[in-house]
Amino acid sequence: MRYLPHTSEDISEMLQTVGVQSLDDLFSSVPQECRRKNELNLPPALTEWELNNHIDRLAGSMAVSPEYKIFLGAGSYDHHIPESVSYLLSRSEFMTSYTPYQPEISQGTLQAIFEYQTLTARLLGMDVANASQYDGASSLAEALLMAVRITRHNKVAVSQLVHPNYRQVIKTYFAPSGYEIIDLPYSQNGTTDLSNLDNLEDLAAVAVQSPNFFGCIEDLQAVGKKARNQKALFIVCFSEPLAYGMYKNPGSFDADITCGEGQSLGIPRTFGGPALGMFAAKQKYVRNMPGRLVGQTVDADGNRGFVLTLATREQHIRREKATSNICTNHSLCALASSIYMASLGGSGFKELARLNYDKCEYLKDQLRKAGYSLPFSQSTFNEFVVQFPEGFDTTYQDLLQKKIMAGLPLECYYPELPHHYLLCVTETISKEDMDRLVGAIK
Amino acid sequence: MTDFPGTTGLIFNEPLLWEKGKKGRTGFSLPRRDVASYPLDESITGDGPDFPDLSEVDVIRHYIRLSQWNFSVDSGMYPLGSCTMKYNPKTNERQASHPGFAGAHPLLPPHLSQGILQLMFELEKFLVEITGMDAASLQPAAGAHGELAGMLLFHAYHKSKGTPRSKIIVPDTAHGTNPASAALCGYKPVPIKSNEQGVLAPKDVAQVMDEETAGIMVTNPNTLGLFEENVKAIADIVHAKDGLVYCDGANMNAVMGIVHMGDIGIDVLHLNLHKTFSSPHGGGGPGSGPVCVRNQLEPFLPVPRVIQKDGHYLLSIDFPQSIGKLHAFCGNVGVLIRAYSYVASMGAENLKKASQLAVLNANYIKEKLRGTFHLAYDRPCMHECVFSDKYQQIHKVTTLDMVKRLMDYGFHPPTIYFPLVVPGAIMIEPTETESKENIDLFIDSMNAIANEAKENPDLLREAPKSAKRRRLDETAAARKPCLRG
Amino acid sequence: MKELSEINLPDDLRYAESHEWAKSAGDTLKIGITDYAQDQLGDIVFVELPDVGDSFEKGEEFGTVESVKAVSELYMPVGGEVVAVNSVLEDSPELVNNSPYSDGWMIEVKPDNPSEMDDLLTGDAYLEKLKG
Repeated sequence: MRYLPHTSEDISEMLQTVGVQSLDDLFSSVPQECRRKNELNLPPALTEWELNNHIDRLAGSMAVSPEYKIFLGAGSYDHHIPESVSYLLSRSEFMTSYTPYQPEISQGTLQAIFEYQTLTARLLGMDVANASQYDGASSLAEALLMAVRITRHNKVAVSQLVHPNYRQVIKTYFAPSGYEIIDLPYSQNGTTDLSNLDNLEDLAAVAVQSPNFFGCIEDLQAVGKKARNQKALFIVCFSEPLAYGMYKNPGSFDADITCGEGQSLGIPRTFGGPALGMFAAKQKYVRNMPGRLVGQTVDADGNRGFVLTLATREQHIRREKATSNICTNHSLCALASSIYMASLGGSGFKELARLNYDKCEYLKDQLRKAGYSLPFSQSTFNEFVVQFPEGFDTTYQDLLQKKIMAGLPLECYYPELPHHYLLCVTETISKEDMDRLVGAIK
Repeated sequence: MTDFPGTTGLIFNEPLLWEKGKKGRTGFSLPRRDVASYPLDESITGDGPDFPDLSEVDVIRHYIRLSQWNFSVDSGMYPLGSCTMKYNPKTNERQASHPGFAGAHPLLPPHLSQGILQLMFELEKFLVEITGMDAASLQPAAGAHGELAGMLLFHAYHKSKGTPRSKIIVPDTAHGTNPASAALCGYKPVPIKSNEQGVLAPKDVAQVMDEETAGIMVTNPNTLGLFEENVKAIADIVHAKDGLVYCDGANMNAVMGIVHMGDIGIDVLHLNLHKTFSSPHGGGGPGSGPVCVRNQLEPFLPVPRVIQKDGHYLLSIDFPQSIGKLHAFCGNVGVLIRAYSYVASMGAENLKKASQLAVLNANYIKEKLRGTFHLAYDRPCMHECVFSDKYQQIHKVTTLDMVKRLMDYGFHPPTIYFPLVVPGAIMIEPTETESKENIDLFIDSMNAIANEAKENPDLLREAPKSAKRRRLDETAAARKPCLRG
Repeated sequence: MKELSEINLPDDLRYAESHEWAKSAGDTLKIGITDYAQDQLGDIVFVELPDVGDSFEKGEEFGTVESVKAVSELYMPVGGEVVAVNSVLEDSPELVNNSPYSDGWMIEVKPDNPSEMDDLLTGDAYLEKLKG
């Protein structure tokens, strides 16, 4: 086996040094009752070439662009990824290094994370960002738990237009704690209805997503004001951060915590993971934040360098009193997003956001012209809801046959919205693709 | 004269991203604009982010230079205890970046995503077989996430019986994540000490196990690198009070094909695919922490679950007792593909061999260094061995000084000051992918450093000398945190 | 780290086994951590203190002190109400290292029961405890 370098000669020399007869004898401390009774039963080992064929076969069955035209976002977005991003990510020194606990020989990862924290904080308009977390869903769950810790209140209010899967994850995280989650309904224009908020007490946080699950931009000014009235933290979540290339970021509305999914920034979709949990907060909450943080300092010669810092918040030191049980960040995904953000630059980021917006507006326009109803009037980014006529589900299946996926049927998430579909357009979809979709629907 | 790999090289300086760049540059090929511009609601639009504008060359040089400041498994031996820094096979990368997988949307209908569903279904079966458990969920995104899943399973199990519990037993040798994960589920950790042999004694467990206690979290092999030989008796004690046994599988690399976790009474076990199953650490993630369970806990596993029906694979949420979702989609699928690729390439025989060789390497190091460094527990070890700086204290040299010096010799330091039960701990896990020559070179380096501790201790106190940076001022970093530029 | 003989333990203070000191200042007490404690912790990077007006029982946790890689709880040597906190420590936690008994004080307390001071150790008795 090519990953196992020991020759039989090596093995016998080493066994002799250890003072045992055989490899089996090394396990003398494992009592008989703990041993397996039979050998592992797994398929025979594949050669590298057999494995390639096998994986080609499995991967070949997947519906992916460009063969398929997928008008589907809902928390996972298709954007062009520059070759430089994938190329740099495959550098062994980034890919095969451990968490940078030994800063002298990990400055590459540390500086890259410091830069990631900076770009993230700038993008979201926040004071400080952590080194990243698992995904948007768990980041929001951690943000809500953080708000409970800070305010010592026991309820959180979460908009129904936060990604339904994120809301499921929050429920899982909160189940044993007994903290209450209050659903905020949505109003006719496709944004969160805040009218119930005034009657709530003991509120730790108000959380909305913007752009929300329907693609609509929330009135963050209003949400922030309501949250503050209730002495609750104001949390903004997102699944498509490219929107902040164009729309005002959460920081400009004085959000206390901003968190969400960064997959759209240069990370392949890979069936939903690995993704990138982005997490940022106001400076005054930094010691309550979950996750790793990299800080700037100097070395013994006075040269600028970077270290993991404020580690006393974390599980390996504070154990059961830690701000979270999280150990890892998604370092490599954070790196991908940094390289992506650096490649676009401020100017490119803005321009790409605008292009996404215009393409999406084009499709909205064409669908309206074709006589379909777009029920929510609020401004959107990349995604929007269309109400198709009854019986559209057959058309939807026909389109799949033609390798077009016409968005996400919303009924399984929002039973009150039958025949409503969530459509997504990014820069990877051409005008021709959109015209074909509209033509095929008719 | 031994030729150690450590050296200085041509290492470039490189500023921060925003200290370079110029307005008007770009590193991105902007896609063609084939639609007109549409009006915007100016009241909600902003200025866009304040990022530097860089050319593609700027970006490439920047990150290549940064990469050269990192140590990595592909450049040298990484004997980091409890972290299993084994070689990361390159074929795994090819499989995970296959466009059919990398481009797949997570909400594709099942009939258009059979390939990935089949892979996940089979990987679950592989992990179940390797651990000796009955069922698995691949959803947790990291080891700590797997632990959280495990604790949620405990919670759901006792709740389903109408008797929620409030405490959990955590040994003093446990990873810090264990109590932190338990606390997230509202459990109060009850600490117990390991005995003078470095393992748990059944009587100590019996003393604290009661009907208020949800169970115990063990790490087996434990963080001293020792097999918890009383695990079965301990499981019996816990089960007698209807408690459950959680096993942190961080150290599974020692026992593949050797120990049957189901038979020894483990009810829940999480695996770290980025340790045992060879996927790269990526400078701190992403990892993956599947959770394996025995039959009685299967109904509580996270959803969606991959199931097979009439020869087709489906994602099902039809498990009413499930703890729910832990991840927005199905977990870190990219890491799952790498683990699948690893198991498929290794097969049963080589997986067992990997464990045997990992244990051989650790015992060999233990024997070779036992005179030079104080051995915390003088017993046969599993995949890692734990020394301390006790013999070097007379030279006023610490564990930290010695491992920093190791960098100059071209090795990554071992895990230090953990487990906490060994003061000044030096925890060495060589893994099976290091050859005898590499191991010998590491041993020679450690011996050389022990000599330097006697003869020229300042060399150690000032180490490292050949790294990109000398020792960093962590106190200043924490007193006045500067977390962004 | 200091040898035990190098530990400074002023006579006018009283000491708790959990390594806090208390000093009478009229009706109130000042509280901090001992020279031994600051030396063991190493460079202190953060001190978390209660709010003025908070009340704690003797032995109750009133805050934490952090070095780069450790967190230690602070326990009340005497029960009472917090009347002042040393807010300078927020920006200058190093004062606890440099001057544990004067500039590095932590809280000032109005004791519920001033006689609790008598249960604390003298410097000599505390040193004996340290020697074990």
